[in-house]
Parts: sequence; C-alpha cells; structure tokens
Amino acid sequence: MGDNLYKERYSKRGMTEVRPMTAKVGVVPSADGSAIFETGKTKAIAVVRGPRTLHPQHMQNARTGILRVNYGMMPFSVEDRIRPGPNRRSEEISKVAEWALSSVVDLSGFPNTVVDVFIQIPQADAGTRVAGINAAAMALAHAGLPMKEMVSAIGVGKIDKTLVVDLDKYEDSLFHDGEGSTDIPVVMTSRGKEIALLQLDGKISFSEFREVVEMAKKACGDILKVQTRALHEVSGDRLQVTGGDDE
Amino acid sequence: MDTKKRQLVVPGETIVSGNEFLPGEGAYRDGVEIVAGKFGIANIFEKHVRVVPVSGAYYPRRGNTIIATIVDITFNGWLMDFGGAQNAFLPVAEVPRFVNKNEMQEFLDFGETVIVKVWDVKSRGVDVSMKMRGFGKIEGGMIISVGANEVPRIIGKEGSMVKMIKGATGCDVTVGQNGKVWIHGRSTDDEVNAKKIVEFISENVTVNGLTEMVEGKIKEMGLSLRESGVGSRESEDIEIVAEDTDGGKQ
Repeated sequence: MGDNLYKERYSKRGMTEVRPMTAKVGVVPSADGSAIFETGKTKAIAVVRGPRTLHPQHMQNARTGILRVNYGMMPFSVEDRIRPGPNRRSEEISKVAEWALSSVVDLSGFPNTVVDVFIQIPQADAGTRVAGINAAAMALAHAGLPMKEMVSAIGVGKIDKTLVVDLDKYEDSLFHDGEGSTDIPVVMTSRGKEIALLQLDGKISFSEFREVVEMAKKACGDILKVQTRALHEVSGDRLQVTGGDDE
Repeated sequence: MDTKKRQLVVPGETIVSGNEFLPGEGAYRDGVEIVAGKFGIANIFEKHVRVVPVSGAYYPRRGNTIIATIVDITFNGWLMDFGGAQNAFLPVAEVPRFVNKNEMQEFLDFGETVIVKVWDVKSRGVDVSMKMRGFGKIEGGMIISVGANEVPRIIGKEGSMVKMIKGATGCDVTVGQNGKVWIHGRSTDDEVNAKKIVEFISENVTVNGLTEMVEGKIKEMGLSLRESGVGSRESEDIEIVAEDTDGGKQ
C-alpha cells in the first residue's frame, strides 16, 4: 500500500463540504406536489401525483395506499446520450427510492390508491439518486401527504484512502488510482436520524464506515435546512393572509 | 399559550412541547413533544394542535360543497369523480325527488356535472348529498379548475371576492371546494371575463392585498365594480357559496 493519492479534492472543496445546493418547491404547477433540487451540476426534478385510484385493480391494497416511484435520467443528462426508457439501473434506483420514502410517508388513510412520484434527472454529475430523493421528499411534503418526518440524502465515499462527502462524477467513477473509489448513498430521516437507505459500491473498513455515517448525518442536517427553506418559500405570504378556510 | 398561534411547519418538526397539548389532524405525539405530520400551518388553539395543509391535492371534509362528474351508475346511486383519491357516492335516497331505479340516467347521466355536499368522509370513499337548496345538476356555463388550496382566496372573506366577480360580470359563480369553479352568465363574453378574474386570483394567491389587485384588474378589463349586481340568495356562510342552479336573476 502506497501513499494516499487523494489528499486534496481536485475541485478544491473541503473533504466534508457539500456542493452548493439550491432547492425550489412548486416547479410543476399542475402536479399535486413538485420540487427541484440541485447540488453542483446535478439537478433532480420530482413530481408527485395522487393519491388516486390504483389500476390495474389487482395491484390495489385494501389496507393502505401504495407509493410508486419512477426514476429516470433524461437522454441529454450526461455528455454521451442515455437511451430513454427504463433500464436495469433506473429500475433499481426507483425501487430503493420507493423503500426509502415509504418509511416516512403514511398512506394508510387512502386504501386502494397510489401516490406516484416521478423523479427526472435533467443534468447528472453523480449523486443523482440522493438528489432525486431530496427532491421527492420536498415534493411529497408539498403534496400535503401525511409524513412522519422528512428525509434527506447524501452520497458519502472513499477515494483512495480519504473519506469525502458528496462525490461528483470524476470522484465517483473516473478516479481509478490507488484503491479507487467507494460510494455510499445514505438516506436519513430528519427527526429520528434513522437510516432509511444505505447502499455500498466498493469496499470500506468497519471503523471508516462508522465515520461515514457520522459525516452523512452532518451533511443531511445541512440538506434539511435547504429543503425546509424551500418549503417555506413556496407558501409565500400564506401565513398572514389565509382566507376563510379555518373557522 | 392559550392564545391562537400560527407557524409554518414541515413534517417531523416539533410544534410545541408539553403533556397538556393534544395532537389533532396532521400532528402526532412523540414523547412530550407534539410533532407535525404534514407540511402546512400549525394552529394551536387552546391545547389543541393541528396542521392545516397549504398545498397539495384536495382532501374532502364533511360539509364541503364540491362540483363532480358522474362516472358510474350503480343499482342504488351514482358514482362521481371530484378530483380526489376515491370516487364520491350519491345514493338515490339523497336526491331531492323520486327517481325510478330502472331509469336512473333520466335524472343524472354519465358525464353530467353536479353540485353536491359532502355528507360523510371515510377512508374508503365519500358519501354526498343533493338534498339541500343550491345543490343539483349543472346546465350551461363553464367549469374551470383551480387549486383546491386557492379556493379560500377565490371565495374571499365572507364571500367578498365571489361577490365582487358577480358584481363586475353579472355571472353566477359557484366555487366548489375541490377546486372546480362553475361560471354561468348571460353571455359567453361575461363568462370569459369572470374566468379571467378567477384565473387572475388563482395566479396571485400568495399576494397580500389581493382584493385591491383584483379591483384594479377588473377596472383594467373595462368593467365596473357594481355592488353585488346579482340575486340576493348569497349564503352568509363563507364556506358554502352554492347557488340555485336554475338562475332566476334575468
């Protein structure tokens, strides 16, 4: 084992520094809930429609409504073209995002219905699944659905021997020197600080892994602030001017 | 903290702490804290805490006036779509006149639109009734869709905004709480004017001082602000702005 080959990030970011984030809620007016989340060059749009009656009928669950997540990258989201339509990777991400979001959304009040979450990536620079989940959490809240808490997501990784937060495309898949790179997307709930999703691509030691979870927790706290601020902005002056609705 | 307090909350945010508080709709208890279970405005009234959503789909509540379309006819009633999670059911017993069960489409046929009142909300569906004045089948005019959360602003305080639209255009305006607005006037031009005003309100719901803005818009459109030029059947209740469907103001 030689020296650590990744002592400084090529982008001059700090090792635990998240790329600059922006978020906006209500970007698709015709939907029940929508949001856009950006970290650096990665952009994710999430749209929520429903609850609505689920068809085909045999998929309905009489005990609860179900959440259905559809993740997709737009053909022009990367430098090379991505063939549109579902593929192995997008189906996997749809499924894990669905599991992560299901842990906080409570649809027991809407049996036999479905809530559709569409996540689209117009521009990708690694971390698209976590950006998508961040956007989806805001969109679900914006849709007024019962949620126990929010979720925030971040990709943490290890490049050669250094632990870093929020990998970009170069760090995630173009860095091959030394031990290469490890990518660990983490989804964390806002209140219980529980892990709603954790994937691991690469290898990492147990002690380093503990550190990764701590780094993710800190980054998720920052992301939650961005999400909360975006949700506050969408309601505008509502706090002052609510009309008749409540007695 | 006995006074009414309002704050904007996101799911998982602590609204208030204390065993004396009770979680209501959109809130839940976690230990000693009352936590938001929805994104919206938290209201603390005395010891009762609830969260009222400011955005999202329409969720029916008992007593709501809704505008819905017939999608199915069963042996004892009609199923209708109102833009919610489930369909609403109108039993034959809840219509104001006798209906022969063999000829139910004579009274309400597929695709016809009605103004009804939400009678009961269960997780499995919504029951509606037509048995009161102001409810019934819609004929003529136009229906436009707005967000369900924009409805309170279109109605205005004690129906002031709706009255203003009626006064300016001479149209009958009925606002369903599911975000459907029925406009019925003497001419299509009147209806289009009313539609423009409703859409203007819907685009500016978050603005403070909306009444003045709408007054300006009405003047800009070359209309005059007549004081409620239409019939005097306005309900005093601010939530229900259902009108008789058979006109009567010509």
